[in-house]
Amino acid sequence: MPNKDQEVLVKVEGLSKKFCKDLKTSLWYGVQDLLSNLKGNRAERELREKEFWAVKDISFELRRGECLGLIGHNGAGKSTLLKILNGLLNPDAGKVTIKGRVGALIELGAGFNPILTGRENIYNNGAILGFSRKEINEKLDEIIDFAEIREFIDMPVQNYSSGMKVRLGFAVAAQMEPDVLIIDEVLAVGDMGFKLKCFKTIDEILPRTAIVFVSHSMPQVSRLCNQVILMEQGKSSFQGNDIARAIDLYYNRFLNNSSQEIFSDGTFRLEKVELMGATGYEGKVPVLHWNDNLNLFFKFKVKNVKEVPRFVISIFDKEQRPIAVFEKNDKNAGLEIKDGNLEFFVNHPNLQLTKGLYSLHVLLLKMNSSGPILRMNDVLSFQIIHKEDVWPPLLLKTNYQNYSIKNLTQ
Amino acid sequence: MQIRIYQKERNLSPVKLLKETFLDIYKSRFLARQLAERDIKAQYRQSYLGILWAFLTPLATAAVWIFLNLSGTIQVTDTGIPYPVFAFTGTLLWSIITEAVNSPTQSTNAARGLMSKINFPKEGLIISGIYKLLFNSSIKIILLIAFVFIFGLGFHWGLLLLPFAILGALLFGITIGLLLTPLGMLYKDIGKIVTMGFSFLMYITPVVYAVPDSGLMKTIMEINPFTPVILTCRDIITGASSDYLVYFLIIMTLCIPLFLVALILYRISIPILIER
Repeated sequence: MPNKDQEVLVKVEGLSKKFCKDLKTSLWYGVQDLLSNLKGNRAERELREKEFWAVKDISFELRRGECLGLIGHNGAGKSTLLKILNGLLNPDAGKVTIKGRVGALIELGAGFNPILTGRENIYNNGAILGFSRKEINEKLDEIIDFAEIREFIDMPVQNYSSGMKVRLGFAVAAQMEPDVLIIDEVLAVGDMGFKLKCFKTIDEILPRTAIVFVSHSMPQVSRLCNQVILMEQGKSSFQGNDIARAIDLYYNRFLNNSSQEIFSDGTFRLEKVELMGATGYEGKVPVLHWNDNLNLFFKFKVKNVKEVPRFVISIFDKEQRPIAVFEKNDKNAGLEIKDGNLEFFVNHPNLQLTKGLYSLHVLLLKMNSSGPILRMNDVLSFQIIHKEDVWPPLLLKTNYQNYSIKNLTQ
Repeated sequence: MQIRIYQKERNLSPVKLLKETFLDIYKSRFLARQLAERDIKAQYRQSYLGILWAFLTPLATAAVWIFLNLSGTIQVTDTGIPYPVFAFTGTLLWSIITEAVNSPTQSTNAARGLMSKINFPKEGLIISGIYKLLFNSSIKIILLIAFVFIFGLGFHWGLLLLPFAILGALLFGITIGLLLTPLGMLYKDIGKIVTMGFSFLMYITPVVYAVPDSGLMKTIMEINPFTPVILTCRDIITGASSDYLVYFLIIMTLCIPLFLVALILYRISIPILIER
């Protein structure tokens, strides 16, 4: 919900930035830019040879208490945009207006010197993040406790594990009290406990802060953000409050319709797999409503084998996590190989997967020995639609009944 | 609440740029000290000879020249003072100046990774470089004064001027270094040219031999702006009257505005340097 009473802390208007593909040329342009900067250039900037737009025409507004997610594949321009917001790069067009203290979680533990102790490095890191000596003195204990490394605080940082370094870096950064916070994938490192701690800290400061969050982890994006920009080749290809739609679009980009054969002993070949009774198609992907029946048709070509294999068909979500697996077939299922073909249906009533994109993986095992015959990933993708957007993989059909005397007497 | 605006148009009023520069220098006072402290600590924690390294190289160069001179391999013009004092003061002062020239580029280059990730006042890097220079130079000054007594030149009130002359030499070196930094950050060639250029420059500066009485070398050395800087400092140490004091003062007067210009150039060029 855009909260109209809160002030706009970040305002970005028509922001563009170009980069050069070739280093030598880039250096030469650098010299030219130095000179033209001296003269104070106001001319519209055009692309020169070997240049491209890393960020093109991005605009948004962010208020206190809001979190903007920047998503997109690698090289889409997210980090460049962050660097402009952080004042590290100068835009080639457009304008950024930022109010208040800006904090950036882009690199944790910046300025650490490996030979010096953890305690000394707290001061180094703090100085770079803009703290004064007095502020660090006051927060020193809090930082050490937060990082949970009191025992090792006077040990050289080069003997720290990478996790300890990151914890110490985050502990210092967490002491910032920014009005605008820029986060770039730093939360991807560290163990589970550390991640939870990070999120707790971010949750605590979110109401007082406007956050710009770059991540490839969609669960994190959907958990934190209330608006999203999906970037593609520097441009915004989707922007708005419909996080779920943005995430679907993001995943669609990675959709490869070619199935992958992981293992095969050459006897079975998947010829056709189809989702029957789809309510529609999104591109080439069949669509079902939540709680529809799932009806799959498989056709295999079989060479030199008479025995019907055991099928393990599983459903994976768009993050390649296994969500569900169908019951295996046994000998009584009545499947038959006819003229070198094996054709059959797989039915599952009232599929209660939540809205989103799913894919099927298939594994064929020998009926008796369970030796592998064929393993294929992504044989079929399908989409489930539902008006409600929930994060867990299953939305279970539910009836609620009032507790009453009548129930008791039954 | 502080409002920042980032856009293409640069504000080019030099007065405003200078004001911002000094504001950032003020803001980065803790950062600059902390970085200098970090580097000095780290430098000495990892070595046994530690502080010795600050003056071992210039002493070694001087020793070579003293040997060449005493053995009669090379005849230098009369220096007016014992040759070892002349050589030692020359190489030490020269090392102070070259260190100052290299300092801005070195500090900036060392923080390159940092600059592309975190926004902090970059002027702090220059200042931390100056802190380190002051630290190293003060050790060298103590050594210089020790020579005065070892070689029996005796105490004279002129010695009290030495720190000011050295500060002048530092300002001179840093101004040159800071002017070269923007280009030096873009092209590695600049750093190499500077290193090479300075090894030549030493021979047209009265570092290990005095200005000759006549000839082409005399003209070159008299024009060379490094000559008055070295000579004035040395004359203060030895208590001689300085012939180059006027030239020295002219250079110092020029250095102050040039240093400010260099600071402005540095500020303008940093965003472009980060990008490349």
